[in-house]
Amino acid sequence: MKRSSWKEYQKEIADDRYYYARSCIRQNFFPGSETTFLRIMREALGKDIFDDPRHTSCTGIGYHSDIVPLDTTMAVVARQFALATEAGYENIAVSCITSFGLYTEILETWHEFPETEARARENLFKATGREFVIPKNIAHTSDLVFHNREKIEELAVRRLVDARTGEPLRIVEHIGCHYAKIFPKSGIGGSEFPYVLAGMVEQWGGSVVDYPERRHCCGFGFRNYLVQANRGFSIANSRKKLESMAPYKPDMIVANCPGCAMFLDKWQYALAEMENSTYGADGRGIPVLTYEEMAGLVLGYDPWEMGMQMHQVDVEPVLERLGVKYDPAAKFLGRAGKYIGAPGEAAVNSFSGDRIYRIRQ
Amino acid sequence: MLMEDVRLREGLRACMNCGVCTGVCPSAEFYDYDPRRIVNIIQGRDDDQIEALLRSETIWYCGECMSCRPRCPRGNTPGYIIQALRTLSQRLGLFVESEKGRQQLALKRTIGQHILDKGYCITPRLVAPSQHPEQGPVWKWAVENDTDFFARLTPNYMGAGSGAVREIDRETISEIQKIFEVTGGSAFFENIEAASDAKAREMGFDGASDRYMMHTFSHNSNRH
Repeated sequence: MKRSSWKEYQKEIADDRYYYARSCIRQNFFPGSETTFLRIMREALGKDIFDDPRHTSCTGIGYHSDIVPLDTTMAVVARQFALATEAGYENIAVSCITSFGLYTEILETWHEFPETEARARENLFKATGREFVIPKNIAHTSDLVFHNREKIEELAVRRLVDARTGEPLRIVEHIGCHYAKIFPKSGIGGSEFPYVLAGMVEQWGGSVVDYPERRHCCGFGFRNYLVQANRGFSIANSRKKLESMAPYKPDMIVANCPGCAMFLDKWQYALAEMENSTYGADGRGIPVLTYEEMAGLVLGYDPWEMGMQMHQVDVEPVLERLGVKYDPAAKFLGRAGKYIGAPGEAAVNSFSGDRIYRIRQ
Repeated sequence: MLMEDVRLREGLRACMNCGVCTGVCPSAEFYDYDPRRIVNIIQGRDDDQIEALLRSETIWYCGECMSCRPRCPRGNTPGYIIQALRTLSQRLGLFVESEKGRQQLALKRTIGQHILDKGYCITPRLVAPSQHPEQGPVWKWAVENDTDFFARLTPNYMGAGSGAVREIDRETISEIQKIFEVTGGSAFFENIEAASDAKAREMGFDGASDRYMMHTFSHNSNRH
């Protein structure tokens, strides 16, 4: 297949006025990324995006752990469509990959089996008195950043290049499985050649790393991480990806799924502690960024205000390559600049630069 | 009963046993697991073999990544078939007959209960560092300082209003709980509890206590 085959998988992405569907996983592990996404949409791009306090989990993690029945999940998602309808929004911007896959799957199931839509409408009305109109457009939030990648480039204060040499950063892009493996037509580029992150990287001057296990799952596997006894599955699959990408010497990993961004980061920590294995340059881990953080850096946002200190693998090597000016002493401060200590050390970050964060102690 | 599940109707047309699903499956690499064989059993419609599956460890190995779906040349989805089998295994109370199946109690009491209580699958304190050493020192520090640290990144941490990791209002929580009642989600939870309680007593526990739940959460016989 030709490298340009992603162009065969195009989808319509609404240009403005979105109802925002938060992610349990992203807001938990990367709350600053959700804040950054809204800031990019509103402040940089001037879009209308509604963050509704009444929005809840779609139950997706419970659904894919098989404890929440399909009818229940359908009615919860129907409630979210009802909230959007009531607020006057026809387009949904979904932060979570599991939710995005689930919304897409539910709409396809309603289309294929109309009795399931009728049951969802009846259940929702009986439980809440709410009714809904099916959204006109459903996009993952990474689709929206992709959609606006040229405008972001116009506003950029830097490109994804090494500030010292001018060479493009070598970037591994990881796409969450449920972005396009369930319905390839729902993702930019389909499931084999997804372009949603690669398009951002190339637009902003970086270089995309191709490697054998590029499409392999990050290792979440729902119950295979959520239950402690099963976590060997999770770390083994992350390890397979990391070993496959390491020979290509990536400068960073970027993911569009919040779970993937977390697992590829945290399992690097665990592998370093367990078997002294690291996969990045100079014996350190490979920094893992969310796409909101990558876009935020291009736009000149402060890394610590975006929450980049929440990654276990230090992100400073990427910041330094990009020439980002940051305050080391501000990394682990709480709100209003309050000093709240600092995390313990980790083998995955074992290099001399670590000492800089102890200056306030 | 199995054919009543739309996921099975959508996920299984005639399978030609090529094994591509097994070739790309992350679970097949890690466990003694072969999705091709499961699809073949289901299309054979042998009730005894299907009941054996419902009692087995096998159906609980899949990670539901759905990598099998786009690669199947026949358009089948072994992952959907697994979802239908797991749902039926729990409806019939057969999930407690396997070590991996019994873990459903832990999932129900953590993720499931959290959805009903908080409106989210997880919040920071549910990912307790004591149960999640793999999360590392940064996460431990973030959770231990959550009210100071998360508040730097989001406007209403565990408070009213909009923004990441806010507290969801009681009226909304009550709507979610009502949806669970109306759609059978609550009954599904109660069934997991009842079957687990009976099995726990059979195994010598004092019912489905916290001790039994922690046993299902952490025990690994390493025979997988």
